[in-house]
Amino acid sequence: MIRSRCEVLSVKRTGVYHSLTLVAPDIADRARPGQFVEVAMPGGRTFMLNRPFSIHQASRRGGFAGTLEVVFDVVGPGTEWLAEVEQHQQLDVIGPLGRSFQYPKGLRSCLLVGGGYGAAPLHFLAEELRAHDKDVSMIIGARSHERVFKPIESKRLATSLAITTEDGSLGERGRVTDVLPQMIARNHAEVVYACGPNPMLRAVAELCAGFKIPCQVAVEEMMACGLGVCWTCAVPLLSADGGSWWNVRACVEGPVFNGARVWWEQWLGPKPVEPVPVDAEDTDAGEAGPDAPGGAERTSAEGGEPEAPRQSAPRRDVAEASR
Amino acid sequence: MRTSGFDPFDDDVLGPAPGGNGATRADGPESAGAEGAERDADPDRREGARTEEPVEPVEPVEPTLGVDLNGVRFPTPVIAASGCFNSGREMAELVDLSRLGGIVTKSVTLAPTKGLPTPRMAETDSGMLNAIGLQNPGVEEFLAKDGGFIARAPVPVVVSVAGRSIDEYLQVATLVRNLPNVVAIEANISCPNVERRNLVFACYPDLAAEVIGAVSRLTAIPVFAKLTADTTSIVEVAEACVRAGAHGLSLINTVLGMAIDVDSARPKLGAVTGGLSGPAIRPIAVRCIWQVSRALPGVPILGIGGVTRPRDAVELMMAGAWAVQVGTANFFDPSATATIADGVLEFLRDRGLASPAELRDLVQAPRELAAVAADRW
Repeated sequence: MIRSRCEVLSVKRTGVYHSLTLVAPDIADRARPGQFVEVAMPGGRTFMLNRPFSIHQASRRGGFAGTLEVVFDVVGPGTEWLAEVEQHQQLDVIGPLGRSFQYPKGLRSCLLVGGGYGAAPLHFLAEELRAHDKDVSMIIGARSHERVFKPIESKRLATSLAITTEDGSLGERGRVTDVLPQMIARNHAEVVYACGPNPMLRAVAELCAGFKIPCQVAVEEMMACGLGVCWTCAVPLLSADGGSWWNVRACVEGPVFNGARVWWEQWLGPKPVEPVPVDAEDTDAGEAGPDAPGGAERTSAEGGEPEAPRQSAPRRDVAEASR
Repeated sequence: MRTSGFDPFDDDVLGPAPGGNGATRADGPESAGAEGAERDADPDRREGARTEEPVEPVEPVEPTLGVDLNGVRFPTPVIAASGCFNSGREMAELVDLSRLGGIVTKSVTLAPTKGLPTPRMAETDSGMLNAIGLQNPGVEEFLAKDGGFIARAPVPVVVSVAGRSIDEYLQVATLVRNLPNVVAIEANISCPNVERRNLVFACYPDLAAEVIGAVSRLTAIPVFAKLTADTTSIVEVAEACVRAGAHGLSLINTVLGMAIDVDSARPKLGAVTGGLSGPAIRPIAVRCIWQVSRALPGVPILGIGGVTRPRDAVELMMAGAWAVQVGTANFFDPSATATIADGVLEFLRDRGLASPAELRDLVQAPRELAAVAADRW
């Protein structure tokens, strides 16, 4: 990890989200998909903790100095301040942090699932996977169309793209998990990568377990430092044999985990009541099966954008996610 | 619990660190640092060096940062606080550890401790709440993982020890006291994130004295008792600890607090309550240090609470601390402990003071009012 003063190259809006491009050649050179950076807040305010953001794009040194792009939603005083920074302003940034997504050896067909701006780091991942000759398909979902992250660019990145919104304002009405089974089938997906609100990750991981497909999830948890010293961002992880567990740090041992290893129940509590699954053909998938279209009422926490307190994010603006 | 049989991505997070993904974390201290610490570690040696070449009488004396807490020496009076720096391994990538006064490790307990459910952290105005619940791998694994690092660290290390009984404190202290480079034990008897208040031994003078007495008697290493402001009289607890054999006192731990998300009408912490840290608690720390140092002159105090700038460190030392610890500031500025020490040196130089110890004599409160204030708990 490197700490450096980074110039803001540009500030943009992407739907309801904000994006910052930073001149950070040393960090960009080392960054890999799924990793994140910590951005320091200005001194002399009542909010002090650095804010973690997953890396949406990293362009390594070419003709220009390397840059990093992060995407965020305004959810508290920190992101409110960050949304107001101007071009050429300097920010104090530490990164790259955490473990990245890992590329499947011998597996070819990759399905990427993003909720809200959790889709942001998946763009970086999609480009890397394509550079490794993998097939990339994608599902992106959100509460409503303006919160679907970069649908047009996603179409360019993925050979097959499905979009879901909970209000039906773009793509199919429903959640990413509603279309996950058919996307797995249609694309013969061999591996799933997911980023978004934790309940969505849980639903995706459980579905993938039913389909016996490996699944890597980039999680979010409240973190004070992002450096491995505060021990606030704990995620309960099962041992390989499932016989024991330990709280590991999302910032160091994560944020990317094997979805089958996360002990979701311990972490997020009892699973919300599930509607009847549709794919009756695979009984193994029953418990983790997809929602029946138009079936029983869904719990608001499942998939798409989260309700308070946990913000959807690759790394949500953690310190203030409880707004 | 459920596990699936296949695992092409068995990332084995519970095992040794993975090879890929640039997970090359520094395993040892930077060698350049070690020399620096040795150079600064002994204030007397600096004095000695100066006598060889007599200083011009008109030259102002360059202040020294070294502090001597009745035999426990630190190269600077600014030390990384427990629970905010681990053992230093992670931070070594971002700050030259030899610039620190010392490192107080994250508290270690006898058995592995899994800690509390998330969310474990909530940012509050000028501070933060945490409820970790003393998560640590237990003393055996602590020694295996961090023992070598601590022994070779370019700074003095204080091991923070926690437990649920006197026996647990004793066993852990006995195991860590012989680690090279460990200059003291900090007995954390004030962690607020335990399930019962009577496990916060520092809330009660008699319980505090029992633990501190046992650890001080049986482990021939200086013991600092870490105290809490959340008690009827911190002075009474401090006095009891010193009578029981504490070499010094570390104060204060986080202050028990709580925050509620009014939108969801839920506590912001998984454990409901947690410890408040950061600038928000600094005046409480200053008050406690002031009261305890007036009541127990001559007893070394490590001041802790909301130090984020050099002036904050100076404030705690003016209140009576012999040195300070920096906690929460490390989270957003990994080099805070080092740069605050630089700022303290500058402050001393500007005021023509020779050492941090001189800060302790500067505050003049009217005698009778000071006495009343010291009694107001």
